Amino acid sequence: MKAKNKIMEKIDIMRSLKRIAHEIVEFNKGTDSLIILGIRRRGVPLGKLINEEIKKTEGKSAPFGILDITLYRDDLSTLGEKPKVNSTEINFDINDKNIVLIDDVLYTGRTIRSAIDEIMDFGRPASVQVAVLIDRGHRELPIFANYIGRTIPTKKSEIIKVMTEETDGKWEVWIYEKLDK
Amino acid sequence: MKKHLITISDLSKNEIIEIFKQGKVFKDILQRPIKKIPTLRGKTVGLLFFEPSTRTKLSFELAAKRMSADTINFSASTSSLKKNESIKDTIMTLEAMKIDIYVVRHPSPGVPAMITKIIKGSVINAGDGAHAHPTQGILDAYTVWEKFGDVKGLHIAILGDVKYSRVIRSDIEIFLKLGAHLTLCTAKTLMPNWIDPKVKYTTNIEKAVKDADVIMGLRMQKERQDSAIIPDEIEFNTFFGIKNIKIANKKNNYIVMHPGPINRGIEIDGDIADSKHSVINEQVTNGLATRMAIFYALFQG
Repeated sequence: MKAKNKIMEKIDIMRSLKRIAHEIVEFNKGTDSLIILGIRRRGVPLGKLINEEIKKTEGKSAPFGILDITLYRDDLSTLGEKPKVNSTEINFDINDKNIVLIDDVLYTGRTIRSAIDEIMDFGRPASVQVAVLIDRGHRELPIFANYIGRTIPTKKSEIIKVMTEETDGKWEVWIYEKLDK
Repeated sequence: MKKHLITISDLSKNEIIEIFKQGKVFKDILQRPIKKIPTLRGKTVGLLFFEPSTRTKLSFELAAKRMSADTINFSASTSSLKKNESIKDTIMTLEAMKIDIYVVRHPSPGVPAMITKIIKGSVINAGDGAHAHPTQGILDAYTVWEKFGDVKGLHIAILGDVKYSRVIRSDIEIFLKLGAHLTLCTAKTLMPNWIDPKVKYTTNIEKAVKDADVIMGLRMQKERQDSAIIPDEIEFNTFFGIKNIKIANKKNNYIVMHPGPINRGIEIDGDIADSKHSVINEQVTNGLATRMAIFYALFQG
């Protein structure tokens, strides 16, 4: 894997998250029936920051939960090494709520499909929306994001890496090129 | 992890801890409004019970169903084994039906291991004679691990019918592997001669439970005892049963375990089994969660 380009600095990421937070409360008319769910792993720190921004503008944050979609993946039986399962933390009622799923990159759409399936096992939300920092295209399912930080056209041979302080020690977005094996 | 789970020795210490951690996640799922995940969709689990079982079979079956696997049940009493079909032919018939994971209980030790040689999928030993019952060992150790945060250095006293228990071998193996101190306490006629030298033995119950963090009872296996091993059950209860007066002076945070089914008034008194120290019913929930974790670890593409 070869680093090609840094496409976002911390300041760019923060600006995007701030705008996304504003769009979320604008569309959902405040935080009354709003729920923010971060998808493990990098959707979690992103979701927390968006929720902080929501608190700054609205005076109160939305209930925040964490989704681990491992057990809902459609490719488990094709993977050699089974990924470890982490806990999903949704400690509140989601019925009739507007849920915003947060993830770092929207690519094939399969992660979001898994997340929607998992949410439905917790109840019947009024709506499910999606917010991502990067939309890189190449969808394999009819799924779109309601809130997008930046749209970046990519080749399939490229990798988008969102680094967060929690998982990587810094906030940056890089584009990598897969090397031939 | 290996492809099959026949005894605890198939697992490294790290693999056991990993099953515990994953088991905790599956336990959370059992608290959800919809207690079902799609992970094993399209997989088939064959439950082959050549010997009666209620709780182990129910636990495996529900664990498989919670993960969206299909299950088929085979019980010896209603099968073609009655028509003199051999175990091998029975298994090959099932194999032709494309079973992914076999859960096997058999009265003869070694049958689950033998089946691994016939089939393509995975085998989980659900108890073979008095040999091993690894998933019970895992759920017992998980229960201790969850309560105390670690198993290492804990004192575990095991009372009751040690000789005819299949649980005990797997329990001793897993608790020693995880670094616990074990003391057995029962009548001399109920002690087998194969016990690991690292395990202490006493006939004095006060001594056995004095420092114990965990007090575990084992069921009196009346159906396997072929001769008069104890004078009578009341006498056994007086000297070796888990009783309030024997453990009354213990520290506050010990737990009482039993793999079930319990014989109240023989190896354990009812007031202990129902006390706040008892985790007997929680062991059942933990059995479901850890079996789900084992299915997840074993299933192949």
